[in-house]
Amino acid sequence: MVEFSGVGLRYGPDEEVLRDISFNLQPGSFYFLTGASGAGKTSLLKMLYLAQRPSRGIVRLFGEDLVNMPRHRLPGFRRRIGVVFQDFRLIPHLSARDNIALPLRIAGVSEEDLAGPVGEMLSWIGLDERADAFPPTLSGGEQQRVAIARAVIARPQLLVADEPTGNVDPDMAMRLLGLFEALNRLGTTVVVATHDIHLISRIDNAQMMRLEKGRLSDPTGALRYPPNRS
Amino acid sequence: MIIPRVPAQHRRLLPDRRLSGPTPWVIAILMLLTLLAAAAGVGLARSANAIGSAIAGRVTVQIVTANPVTRAEQAAALRRAAATQAFVRSARAVEQEELKATLGQWFGGAEGDDPVLQSLPLPALVDIDFVGENRAGHMAQLRALVAREAPGARIIPHAEWLGPVARLIRSLAWIAGGLVVLMTLASAAVVIMTARAALGTHYATIEMLHMIGATDQQITRLFQRRIAIDTAYGIALGSAVAALILLLIGWQWSGVTSGLAATASLGPAGWALLLALPLLAIALAALTARQTLLAALQKIL
Repeated sequence: MVEFSGVGLRYGPDEEVLRDISFNLQPGSFYFLTGASGAGKTSLLKMLYLAQRPSRGIVRLFGEDLVNMPRHRLPGFRRRIGVVFQDFRLIPHLSARDNIALPLRIAGVSEEDLAGPVGEMLSWIGLDERADAFPPTLSGGEQQRVAIARAVIARPQLLVADEPTGNVDPDMAMRLLGLFEALNRLGTTVVVATHDIHLISRIDNAQMMRLEKGRLSDPTGALRYPPNRS
Repeated sequence: MIIPRVPAQHRRLLPDRRLSGPTPWVIAILMLLTLLAAAAGVGLARSANAIGSAIAGRVTVQIVTANPVTRAEQAAALRRAAATQAFVRSARAVEQEELKATLGQWFGGAEGDDPVLQSLPLPALVDIDFVGENRAGHMAQLRALVAREAPGARIIPHAEWLGPVARLIRSLAWIAGGLVVLMTLASAAVVIMTARAALGTHYATIEMLHMIGATDQQITRLFQRRIAIDTAYGIALGSAVAALILLLIGWQWSGVTSGLAATASLGPAGWALLLALPLLAIALAALTARQTLLAALQKIL
């Protein structure tokens, strides 16, 4: 699904923020990415959701080399990845319904065909009544749920979430985690970056990726050489 | 497609703030000035061409013999002889009354008994138009004819004294053309700045659209459509005001029936150019916006 090998990342002439990152993400698995602030979690996620190319190393996604991939091919890969941003990044002048429908519209799905999935998604996140509300009028938790719905509406093969529970209360955090778990059961590979250690224990079979000062801690080699899931 | 088709649901990705920025108004002013400069350029160019072709093959022979009877006889003989020459299209002796009418503008009327005007020894003038373009050869033949029929007469080519005027008018036409080019470049620069400003304003939306798999073409179409529509409004406004001004000038110009001014008009080709300019401007704006946006998006992964 995702393979990083000897990946390094630097911004400009500064020293590398990520060094010698190597791992293999298995299809249908659930991963928590942890680490102190400044450890490089967001930078690693950016490479996962194709907002950043590495400075060195090999990155393969869905079996293809992304380091040397021509730019015009990236949109096709991005449509297979769902992203939940820490700051939601909802488009403020679009309603909750239109924000959720955005990935399907971009993918060229007709209005008739997207009405059903968008309606189902609104019910799933419990925002049927607020479908026509604009993001500035939604609470933090509601905005977070819309952002998650937008990330998963197109049934991505890989879901990347950056501190998705950072702005919500503990109850809402558990509900959101339940959404991710449900999606994971449907076959989506999930990577969640979080500080919340309690959250990690709530998901059975979740694996932990820990970043320390730009390096990935993998003492057993399980991330680099994962056992087959057959 | 100058203004790309974008599904209605996609158009909402950009907030609807039409005509709220300065772009349509700046474009309107530039379009107005462009059309006025273009109209002036076309009118001046046509005027210069008309004057040039009118004076290129025309000369006036001035007979200044002191005896008025001899003077009249020489003029008549020269006119008759010139009219039979193959290189002459037409030859016309200017009537004394016509000369007096011209001079009367300074002496207080040709009909009066102004003693100064009546006592002036007016020269006899013969206007001659050549055939074809061989001016040097025709002048040599005319000199020989004048030497035979009216010795001592002066030959005055019209190009000698009206030529500088025609050249000046032609220079003004080129300057007007240069202004059109400069204002077109200024309009393109306004569109480039608008496109870049739009990208800056909506960067978060663009980044989001990229992250969910939108292509550069999809994003460009959104902005290209908005910029093309905004500039089209400006171009339409500027063109309407320019049309009003040109119609008003044309109405006033129609009262001018003599002199150099009467040669200035736009003609069908000039009007066609003026009508085409706004359409070309919209196309230029859309293409400039498209190239600017694509180039800017290329810098974002």
